[in-house]
Amino acid sequence: MNEQSVLEMRGIYKSFPGVKALQNVDFTLREGEIHALMGENGAGKSTLIKVLTGVYSKDEGDIFLKGIENAVVIHSPQDAQKVGISTVYQEITLCPNLTVAENMFIGRGTGVIQDWKNMNKDADKILMSLGIPAVSTQQLASCSLAVQQMVAIARAVDMDCKVLILDEPTSSLDEQEVQKLFGLMRDLKKKGVGIIFVTHFLDQVYEVCDRITVLRDGQLVGEYEIKDLPRVKLVAKMLGKEMDDMSDIKSDAKTYEAKDKSDVVFEAKDLVSDAGIRPFDFHIEKGEVNGFTGLLGSGRSECVRAIFGADRVLGGEVKKNGKPIKISKPIDAMKNGIAYLPEDRKVDGIIGDLSVRENIILALQVMKGFFKPFTKAQAYAFAEEYIKALNIKTASADTPIKSLSGGNQQKVILARWLLTHPDYLILDEPTRGIDVGTKVDIQKLVLKLASEGMSITFISSETDEMLRTCSRLIVMRDRKVVGELKGDELTQGKIMSTIAGGENG
Amino acid sequence: MKKKLLAVLMSAVMVVSLTACGGSAPAASGDAAPAADSGDAAPAADSGSSGDLIKVGIINNDPNESGYRTANDKDLKEMFTKENGYDASFAYSLKNDEQITAAQKFITDGVDYLLLSAADTAGWDTVLKDAQDAGIRVILFDRTIDAPDSLYEASIVSDMAKEGQTAVDWLAGQNLPEYNVIHIQGVMGSAAQQGRSGALDTKVAAESNWNIVTQQTAEWNAEKAQQIVQSVIDAGTPFNVIYAENDDMAKGAVAALDKANISHGVGKDVVVMGFDCNKWALEELLNKNWNYDGQCNPFQASYIDEIIKTIESGGTVSQKTIIMDEKGFDASSITQEDVDKYGI
Amino acid sequence: MSSETKIQTRKVKGGSIFRNQIFIPVAALLLLALFNLIADPSFYKITLGYNSTGDPVLSGYLMTILDYGSELAILAIGMTLVTAASGGQDISVGAAIAIAGSVILRVLCGHDSRPETLQAPIIVAFLVACVVAMLFGAFNGALVAYFKIQPMVATLILFTAGRSIAAWINNNELPIISDPSFAIYGGFIPGIPIPTPFFIAMICVVITMLALKFTNLGLYTQAVGINESSSKLNGLNPAFIKFLSFVLLGLCVAVAGLIKVSRLSSINYSVIAKDIEMDAILAVALGGNSLGGGKFNMLASILGAYVIQFLTTTLYKFNVQSDALPAYKAVVVIALVVMSTPKAREFMSKIGKKLKPAERSVA
Repeated sequence: MNEQSVLEMRGIYKSFPGVKALQNVDFTLREGEIHALMGENGAGKSTLIKVLTGVYSKDEGDIFLKGIENAVVIHSPQDAQKVGISTVYQEITLCPNLTVAENMFIGRGTGVIQDWKNMNKDADKILMSLGIPAVSTQQLASCSLAVQQMVAIARAVDMDCKVLILDEPTSSLDEQEVQKLFGLMRDLKKKGVGIIFVTHFLDQVYEVCDRITVLRDGQLVGEYEIKDLPRVKLVAKMLGKEMDDMSDIKSDAKTYEAKDKSDVVFEAKDLVSDAGIRPFDFHIEKGEVNGFTGLLGSGRSECVRAIFGADRVLGGEVKKNGKPIKISKPIDAMKNGIAYLPEDRKVDGIIGDLSVRENIILALQVMKGFFKPFTKAQAYAFAEEYIKALNIKTASADTPIKSLSGGNQQKVILARWLLTHPDYLILDEPTRGIDVGTKVDIQKLVLKLASEGMSITFISSETDEMLRTCSRLIVMRDRKVVGELKGDELTQGKIMSTIAGGENG
Repeated sequence: MKKKLLAVLMSAVMVVSLTACGGSAPAASGDAAPAADSGDAAPAADSGSSGDLIKVGIINNDPNESGYRTANDKDLKEMFTKENGYDASFAYSLKNDEQITAAQKFITDGVDYLLLSAADTAGWDTVLKDAQDAGIRVILFDRTIDAPDSLYEASIVSDMAKEGQTAVDWLAGQNLPEYNVIHIQGVMGSAAQQGRSGALDTKVAAESNWNIVTQQTAEWNAEKAQQIVQSVIDAGTPFNVIYAENDDMAKGAVAALDKANISHGVGKDVVVMGFDCNKWALEELLNKNWNYDGQCNPFQASYIDEIIKTIESGGTVSQKTIIMDEKGFDASSITQEDVDKYGI
Repeated sequence: MSSETKIQTRKVKGGSIFRNQIFIPVAALLLLALFNLIADPSFYKITLGYNSTGDPVLSGYLMTILDYGSELAILAIGMTLVTAASGGQDISVGAAIAIAGSVILRVLCGHDSRPETLQAPIIVAFLVACVVAMLFGAFNGALVAYFKIQPMVATLILFTAGRSIAAWINNNELPIISDPSFAIYGGFIPGIPIPTPFFIAMICVVITMLALKFTNLGLYTQAVGINESSSKLNGLNPAFIKFLSFVLLGLCVAVAGLIKVSRLSSINYSVIAKDIEMDAILAVALGGNSLGGGKFNMLASILGAYVIQFLTTTLYKFNVQSDALPAYKAVVVIALVVMSTPKAREFMSKIGKKLKPAERSVA
């Protein structure tokens, strides 16, 4: 074992029925480094992590840890913790109704008796040393998501961990929160902790990581110093091809600008819902792609939910193709040719236990009516058509959607709404937590659909993505619309200044 | 907020409708509806005999529990009326603690007599002592309790063992060459089950030509009795007597026999025996579909009335435990009069 | 490429025989059947006899199972829907059967509790009972769907009050129907040797299957049960679907109530269909359906109901005290709960995989 290394995995194999998830994968983590583990969905990142933390048992291969002579055997997450490997997952797995200190210590004591006083003191000490803005006696639920994530990290770090795995920790954080988290990661790095960072955000990788390991189709592509691997090359390695798709997309977007003004498809005036947004005006034209932008919690999702009738609409006038309509619940919107891909795929999108086929046909089926079910053959035809069209990777149309990877789940939901043939499609964070390949697919699809005449509202936390796809941006701050940008105004700087409340207010 | 209000409203409606159920049931069955548990300050009644009414507090089990209890409650209500010189209040519960609470309330109200059919045998000492201290006389009916008999004046009960014995004696008197009995028991451990099972068990143990084909509890439930008998029929085991410890279970057993075309009743293949003397059961006897029905006398009111009269006139009650007369009816000798008089 | 995927799917299917839902009730059934075969093969004897009116009837333990399992099978249909949609169970079905039964008798008897002739056609009585039972179902459903009360808590109200309501409907009297045409529903149709309850159950099953095929009842119920929020965004009205499931259970209750009161041509309010709610819930669980709602398999539930009756009949045959039956059922519940855990399933499919290659090498 190399002296600098804190963890080495050698020749790891793992297969599931019908799938070789990992084949001869090596992975090395050095002391005091932040190491990005990259790959598309299904490349084997999760499997590798789960092997390391004892959730899965590996078929072959060895794991070595610094300070331990022989290969370590890890059968369970508890084993992993014992040898100093801790994991913080994307979804926070703490108890929101306990205090911060309780969350940090509970279930770790050796005895039954818990020393409450010292526990709080110790907790405060750790929080202080890591610069986490939380108080030990505070209820966890009252902390922001980022702080909760940090508490989870604090809990992990305090368990004498040498290897800290962060699995998509930033996907529900906004930019400021991400910066705080990165600060914490850098501190830990200085203390000699080796951090494995799993993320989809390329920017973040280049901001905070030292080295990158890339996996593809269960195999190791390579291990690189960050400075040796520019972005474009990283993406190419992940996808297994050199790509200039990004530039394609941009040129597509430009073509729209040249188009003439066309008909207004959807129009809202003083629309307001019970989700706490200020009344807003909105319109979208045929074949247009526009978007809502703003910080997390600025009300951009609430706006589109109001349009779709997902929240209770309290007032405002709505017109579709110039005719006044009334949308008080989702089915009204659907019948008027509006489709909505929700922000939270797990909570609002997928019906986990149902098959891909049922998930695809659901919305159209509901529109068709209770007494008119599609025949099996029709349903399969629809499903197969869209599985092919969107290149959804699934064993069959009967596979439960929950067993698909995140990106493919998202494609299924997209298929569901495309199947209803809407003329106005709302996409709320369609690319969140999705691998780069699918992201590009979705962006391209959006532009293609728009060129075919569909109107699309696109929301994303990644400004780049918005800039690439949208020709008009509605900027939000503090639950109200503060500006609208188009044409030459569509630059990072302009968006930032509008969000922040610059000269234009 | 609105939802909460609605929920409250709904539950209120529920409660009202429940009270309505309780209230209208006796009224519709044609009672001389006494002022149930509102009790006090009864206006001067027309009876006018000795001027004051005797205040009695009656604690009983829920009349919905069984036909027996319904008849029992009806009997009490017909006896303790203003016309008969009583001011009666009623409290019903199948739970001991609720009954004790009711007793305490009656003591506070200052009743003259406390009539009690206890849900459970234990736990009555303290409250009965309180009654004694307050000068209230206690009379137990239908059920005994585990308490010193100095705490009550009298206890009017059925002798379940005697009921069983009467039935078994009657069965022995049928002189069948062989007795293959399906024994369907009540809820195990209840006084009625123990008494009625005891006599049969003793007899079977003693006689060589008496056999138990199956002995099963159907928990007073006709459906279970039907399944038990069905199972014996399916197994093809021969039997010629059904000894069911109440009428409901006998009815269930007979339903299974009918389904399998096994004849029953007077002069038929299977002897059917039941208990409690429900009116419909006695009618079955009258039609000779069943053979025997043992009485479990629910009419304790006249006994109680007698005891109260004795005490009021300064006499003493000679016997603490009074066992009621109970008959057993034979299908070959039962008359329409019996049905009308003893059917409950 | 395509042939490769096909092989893969088949492999997956082969390994997951133990994951298949219907496996649980079928395995339980086979286990019971095998036990009886070894213990006493005469269990399977069916004889053709003639009943008191001279019509042919089949009898034997198997017929008894088909006969007495029917109410449970009918209830299992409704209970499956309620479970799937609301993620909870209705514990008031026993009390609701008492109400439905009481209504039927009340309509048939009119004012006299022991009429010589029926005072109304049976179909009218049944339809009235359906309406009443569905109203009570709607009451439960409204509490669950619109007031968001936990199903078990919501139905506790009717569970407690139902039997008193049933008694009140008939003025606490005991109606008895002497007309033999009423006994058909719990007995035999003249000339047909198979018990009527089984036919009624099968009609219900067929109607249910048609409803699942020709409407979106199944898809909607499952969608709502799995993910309410997502269903709402797909244009469904989750509250209404939950409500509907309780109303449909009410309909099942009315049918079961008809059979129950027909069996004895009478009713005992306090014990009719006692504890049947537990059996109905057990049937759903035995069908491998999650009691937490979501995906369901209707046929598995129905099979589960008959398996429970199979167990009950077996226990009666071996003279197990009937008040000990719940203990045996408890054992089944424990076995089920253990079997349905992912750990046990993984274990079983591992065994299954080990068996597979052996078979192949033999072939």
